[in-house]
Amino acid sequence: MKTLLQHVAHARSGDKGNTSNICVMAYAPELYPMLKEQLTAERFKAHYAGVVKGKVDRYPVDGLHALNFVAHEALGGGVSRSLCLDYYGKALAARILSFELEVPEALKPHLRGL
Amino acid sequence: MKNTLRIGAGSAWWGDRVEPAALNAARNDLDYLSFETIAEATVSAAQVRKRRDPAFPGYDTYLDDRMQAVLPACLERGTKIITNQGWINPEGAAQRIVHWLRQLGARGVKVAAVSGSLITERVLELTDTILENGKPTSTLTENLVSAEVYLGAEPIVDALKQGASIVISGRVADPSIFMAPMMYEFGWDALDHQHLGRGNGIGHLLECGAQVTGGYFADPGFKDVPEPWNLAFPIAEVDPDGNAVITKVAGTGGAVNLQTVKEQMFYEVHDPASYITPDVVVDFTTAKLEQVGANRVQVSGISGKPRTPTLKVSIGCMEGFIGEDMFFYAGAGALRRAQLAKRILEERFKIVKLQAEEVRIDFLGVNAIHGAMSPADQAEPYEVAVRVAARCRTREEAIKVGREVDGMAVSGVAMTGKRVPHQDRTREIIGVWSSLVAREKIEPKVSFYES
Repeated sequence: MKTLLQHVAHARSGDKGNTSNICVMAYAPELYPMLKEQLTAERFKAHYAGVVKGKVDRYPVDGLHALNFVAHEALGGGVSRSLCLDYYGKALAARILSFELEVPEALKPHLRGL
Repeated sequence: MKNTLRIGAGSAWWGDRVEPAALNAARNDLDYLSFETIAEATVSAAQVRKRRDPAFPGYDTYLDDRMQAVLPACLERGTKIITNQGWINPEGAAQRIVHWLRQLGARGVKVAAVSGSLITERVLELTDTILENGKPTSTLTENLVSAEVYLGAEPIVDALKQGASIVISGRVADPSIFMAPMMYEFGWDALDHQHLGRGNGIGHLLECGAQVTGGYFADPGFKDVPEPWNLAFPIAEVDPDGNAVITKVAGTGGAVNLQTVKEQMFYEVHDPASYITPDVVVDFTTAKLEQVGANRVQVSGISGKPRTPTLKVSIGCMEGFIGEDMFFYAGAGALRRAQLAKRILEERFKIVKLQAEEVRIDFLGVNAIHGAMSPADQAEPYEVAVRVAARCRTREEAIKVGREVDGMAVSGVAMTGKRVPHQDRTREIIGVWSSLVAREKIEPKVSFYES
């Protein structure tokens, strides 16, 4: 079944200069392998098209069921120069919640907020 | 040696709430209370303010509020305070704290000031390359406002060894403010990267205050937080190995659970296996988290790698001005009128020859936050704000943004909601760049004052 990421994982963004890191953490260990397989750096970047101008690095932390994405050139030139109202990019993490995942029926009991 | 060291957070940034710090102090069982108040541009902004207003003392503008709120309880219990509220004047801040101690009748309390992070005059000789763009730091000469090295925990440990009960510094890396007490109390060596890695990792969990106790976290229906109006700042109960339980004052709102701790662990982290601090390189990938009680998470197994030979330098530069304003539409056709208003402004900016590096006109409620990622096929909003911003070299140019929005009052579109300009609609840009400096070139200084 197709499911939005918001039912599978939670996310938080942080800023350093013009770089935003967005960490995506599975709600349950059982959901992590599927998340890791489907949410690649390339797909992540495509989902942020138009805002993330630079490359995206992905750092999986398997032990904590988390994928840390580092998005370069993502904050409009940097926190102090950005013309975006949300110049820290605090709301950027929310974007990934709308990423669509294919979730096996067997994992359905682990989904959050359905 | 203590078996457990209790370290609480007093602030996560300059504008943070004061009342949870007072609560952490009043709980009366903390060994240390640590305050973090310096963001990327805080020191540069203080330098600019000092230039314009010589009476500005140069330390945290909430120093008085924070100290008055926590000193009585800290004195009673013997809780030591570590803080980077000294900004560009740690010595002045230390003397101000002495003033408050005397007001409270506390005599003989030793307050240490840690300075030496400010290297504005020497930065061009000490550094070579700008990390963000690879250009020489000398290209920043003209607009340079401030340069500060991120100091580590060592000078704070020195101050504690010499009997300080309160240590106030300029720029010290956020986690180091929380780790310094661990190094001092447990006798960790500055090159003991395993312990320092764990300690800095715990420091990182505490440095953003409520972000680990349920703040910046609630998402109704997905991540619910009890009493989110009544959050506490975190407390770490640290053992001599550097493992810790993260918790908070009982009876407060918020939550400490695996999710809040994980979200904070990776906040502002790039490679989780190499989180570089002045003291050590932290590896979070080996961490183990366990919920050991209500609002109690055990954090163990964070590891560390030897510190780098360099320290990070933050260089603040004046880079012009942003002009910004907004006005409003509502009801049927709100977006249609907003779109025409945008077109009018674009033409007006040509007519008044606005010189801008970048102009952005957004519709708040439609695309002002997520910009180009916002879906094109969304439902028509009932209300829209048109928000316009431009980045310019001079204030004269940036002022044009607000002046053209003024024109939208009687020369604009039907049913335009507008504010009378009651505040400055321009602001200065302090751009922040980074570089590296050889560790041995930096000599922190510790000075002492007594109440």
